[in-house]
Amino acid sequence: MPPADAQSPGHFLPTILLLLPFFSALVILLGHRALKNASVLISVGSSVICFIASLALLATKGAEGTVDILKFIHVKDMITGVDLMRAGIDAMIDDQSRGMMFIVTFIGMLVHIFSMGYMKDDEAKPRFFGSLSLFMFSMTGIVLAGNLVMMFIYWELVGLSSYLLIGHWYEKASAAEACKKAFLTNRIGDFGFMIGILILFGLNKGDLDIDNLKTAFFHANADSLVKTTSPGLLTVAALCLFMGAVGKSAQFPLHVWLPDAMEGPTPVSALIHAATMVAAGVYMLVRVSFVIVTPLAAETIAGIGCFTALLAALMATQQGDIKRILAYSTLSQLGYMVMAVGAVAMAALHGEAAHGAHPGHPAMFHLYTHAFFKAMLFLGSGAVIYACHHEQDIWKMGGLRKHMPITFWTFAIGTAALMGVPPLSGFWSKEAVLGAAFDSGCRVLFLAGAATAALTAFYMTRLLVVAFFGKARTESAHHAAEVPLVMALPLALLAIFSIFSAWGPFSDFLQAMKPEHVEGHDTVLWTSVAVLLIGSISSFLLYKGKDSDPVRIKLFANKFYFDEIYAVIVRVGQDGLAWVVTALERIFVDGLVARLPAAIVARIGAATRMLQGGHLQGYTFLLGGGIIAVVYLVVFVLPRTH
Amino acid sequence: MSVSVLEIVILLPILAALAVLFGAPARGSSIVATTFNLGATLVLCFQYASKGSTGLVHTHAREILANPAMSFSVGADGVSLILALLTAIVMFAAVWQIQDRPAIFYVASLLIGGGALGAFLTTDVFFIYAFHELALIPTFLMIALHGHAEPIERKKVAWKATIYLGIGSLVLLAGLVWLVVEFSGGRDLTFDLEALRAQAKQTPLPIEKQGAIFFVLLLGFGTLVSLFPFHSWAAPAYATAPTPVAMLHAGVLKKFGLYGLLRIALPLLPQGANVPWVQNALLLMLLGNILVMGLVTIRASRLDDTLANSSVMHMGYIFLALAAGSEIALKGAVLLMFAHGVSIALLFALTGKMRNQLGTLEYSKLGGLASHAPAFTVLFAFGAFASIGLPGLSNFAGEVMVFAGSFTGFKGALTNLHWTVILALWGVVMSAVYMLRAYRSIFHGSATTGLFMSDPALPQRLPLILMAATLLLTGCCPWLLLNLLKGTLAAG
Repeated sequence: MPPADAQSPGHFLPTILLLLPFFSALVILLGHRALKNASVLISVGSSVICFIASLALLATKGAEGTVDILKFIHVKDMITGVDLMRAGIDAMIDDQSRGMMFIVTFIGMLVHIFSMGYMKDDEAKPRFFGSLSLFMFSMTGIVLAGNLVMMFIYWELVGLSSYLLIGHWYEKASAAEACKKAFLTNRIGDFGFMIGILILFGLNKGDLDIDNLKTAFFHANADSLVKTTSPGLLTVAALCLFMGAVGKSAQFPLHVWLPDAMEGPTPVSALIHAATMVAAGVYMLVRVSFVIVTPLAAETIAGIGCFTALLAALMATQQGDIKRILAYSTLSQLGYMVMAVGAVAMAALHGEAAHGAHPGHPAMFHLYTHAFFKAMLFLGSGAVIYACHHEQDIWKMGGLRKHMPITFWTFAIGTAALMGVPPLSGFWSKEAVLGAAFDSGCRVLFLAGAATAALTAFYMTRLLVVAFFGKARTESAHHAAEVPLVMALPLALLAIFSIFSAWGPFSDFLQAMKPEHVEGHDTVLWTSVAVLLIGSISSFLLYKGKDSDPVRIKLFANKFYFDEIYAVIVRVGQDGLAWVVTALERIFVDGLVARLPAAIVARIGAATRMLQGGHLQGYTFLLGGGIIAVVYLVVFVLPRTH
Repeated sequence: MSVSVLEIVILLPILAALAVLFGAPARGSSIVATTFNLGATLVLCFQYASKGSTGLVHTHAREILANPAMSFSVGADGVSLILALLTAIVMFAAVWQIQDRPAIFYVASLLIGGGALGAFLTTDVFFIYAFHELALIPTFLMIALHGHAEPIERKKVAWKATIYLGIGSLVLLAGLVWLVVEFSGGRDLTFDLEALRAQAKQTPLPIEKQGAIFFVLLLGFGTLVSLFPFHSWAAPAYATAPTPVAMLHAGVLKKFGLYGLLRIALPLLPQGANVPWVQNALLLMLLGNILVMGLVTIRASRLDDTLANSSVMHMGYIFLALAAGSEIALKGAVLLMFAHGVSIALLFALTGKMRNQLGTLEYSKLGGLASHAPAFTVLFAFGAFASIGLPGLSNFAGEVMVFAGSFTGFKGALTNLHWTVILALWGVVMSAVYMLRAYRSIFHGSATTGLFMSDPALPQRLPLILMAATLLLTGCCPWLLLNLLKGTLAAG
């Protein structure tokens, strides 16, 4: 319910943020052949207005609450007037959503602008921009969603826009397969997400408002959900919701779709598959982190995050495709954020920190800094790919430092931020995550986190050295030229954010995305500096001046064979089962249930054939007529004998 | 003598069909009749919603027999109006998209549509039943005479459907007669639904008997809706049926069985579905629909096969609502009936166009259609994504209400119903698997040489756009339909 006092953030801004991209998408997708290039202007214009609206939203600091925008589903008990189910299109405004909205609209706007250059010669440009607007709509929806049904709706819609954008070049078989894989893998996550939502729906008597759920969990009375529900069910509910995040944020074991998603145009990879959509899982987890009230749930979440971080970092060390290296790096960093969510919950269960979601969550902090430098790295890789005529293999690049100075410097800044070089933004947020892991009291989490940081420094140094230093290894790399201004400008802006976003004035402006105390552990500080040096120096020495990879580890290069293993599971578990079930259905259902009546009727049929001359229409009329005759008998004869 | 607007809505298509049979211009008369019906049902829906009506409206009765009490009585509430609107939309689209076909196509479509309207808008059990039978006959005939298969094959298919639906109807009839006789209590029989409902409220039947009658009705109505394991008529029938017939049967007429359960079985036997053995049997059967048919659909290698089997599968979700029985679930079921009807009709209409232009629906022979026929692709995407429950399109709201309705009153212990919901949710994943596979092999990839498909001409797009727009509108604003359901389907 909207609070009536002056503190209400108002309807206007959230309505703009939600509906403007929606109509932009609708207009473009339905009319793009008439609109042609005007659709680019509509889409970019809508993204700019959304950015301005998000700045205005930041200025409403202090006003909190959920405002209703439109009706969706509302079922009331007619007699008692109690809501049986209520899921409206609403907007939950607080520091977390304001900060996230800034990230989404700012990077969204820059990616729109960058795409004007990158997609300049693409014939299906209007379709691309339409899908981009659809994405912006669904993503602002996730950010604003105040109840879980709405969250789920936008959750699936970002999946749709991701599907459309990964499959933008659908003539290519690999793109067509990749978009399908992304959608289906996400659906598996959504399967769990929906079960979690349903459990909460039942427990909280039909109220799925996030605010109300939080109250229902923790209010002081004896019938709060935490006190009345069995720990087992609470664990199940939390882990089911987490499954949604596992799909969307590509955590192990559903991580396989994200690297393939790189089949989409590179600006899409920057916006959706690096900065915003994949981070939605983390955003949602922090939103509902009050549900994580059992040690088992918290440990599972931290464990999955930590495992994903390490696993993906290992895979990244042996990839040759520039976008795939960044994709594995994204997986790894998302694992970091998820680990932070679990670690904070673990610490809270030990009673070491105040409970509940606050914008200063280390996971949100890392999400925030990561969004800028990872979007920048992807756009930078897009600039490289654009300049090298769609060459993506770093071993076919080299020496780009001289040809593309702006791209090089911005890319180097992004790399440094990702590795956690002090005092760039990534350093502070990585500190916060490692600090949370340290506080959780679980040494394994901390050590694995530190190992991941070392690996990150290793593979990013490798990428930078191989692609930008040394000599050009191919013609296309030799002729590479700096990208036009419309592409360079977003890079420069993101580079500024990559350096400064964790610093006081920036993060204060963003409603304290930063946790209150970042420093505080000397162990954490020295560890992270040490692993940074170990990783980057060893990598630099190893790869400097090399023309081919001196290290070959098949297991990492082949991503631990997950794709192959899953292919077998799908073939045996699904297609094989489908084959067996279909065969059984043919034999039993079609055989027994169908043959028996068929046999009886065939006998009758044989008798009637003489009457009807074998025409099927005769049978049908007979049947229809027969039924009417039966009705007649029943209606007129039965009452008399009754 | 006064005439109810509902009588006009029911009789207009039937009269138009007769007129066409006697030589009136087929396309013109059909389009006039269906357009009028579409307008009329829309107005009726708006009126009902804006007045905030709850019970039956536009009631009118013409007595046919005094004993047993039987009359041609009409009346509409939210549930029947939503289904009438569905019928009007699909009938309009089905008639409009017929191209270069003999008049019998128009006659059959009008009769099926008229029969369905009759079944949804009358309130006398006898007429509800009889109108459905009226609609079935042209269905069989059209499959046998004009189906997409060799004459022998299509007659076999028609014959199979006839046997199943015929036997199903007889079981249903037996159940209805049992019901009516039980309620008469030795006094006069009545077929009037309202009178029966009043009796059910006043003197409900013993619970065990309710369960038994409910089960018979479930088998009877269920066979008509392709309830597992009585479903094997459906897939070949839809794959073979001429396009307008497939649209009308899968989209509209199949909903009759569900409507009957909602309208007759649930109010007259309110405890019937709660009897443990009945509920468990229903849960098992609907899981058969969802899981078994989901896997069967994954195996399909032709588009018509995929759609036909998926349509059988999706009925499981509506049966799930019946098993749950809560107000949210039942309202969700009505939304889902509407949504499924529109989406499957749209998909069958598009499939018909593909069959006409390409001559094949085999996935292995198709590919890359998106580059030839972009508008066609977008329309197909609307239907396909709606049918796999994508939010923003019609089916999602119904599905989520059915699921949520199954979890109302959840106290922390997972019962059979809840486990069924969880398994049914896995079906949502399977739907995405087969639909995206189909979409991938038809529209994505590079175009197969020798196969060319163009977008339908603008006038031919009209009914398709109407259906796609309906999916979008009711998907974004499900409250438009829920407003019609305010007074009905309250639990208990």
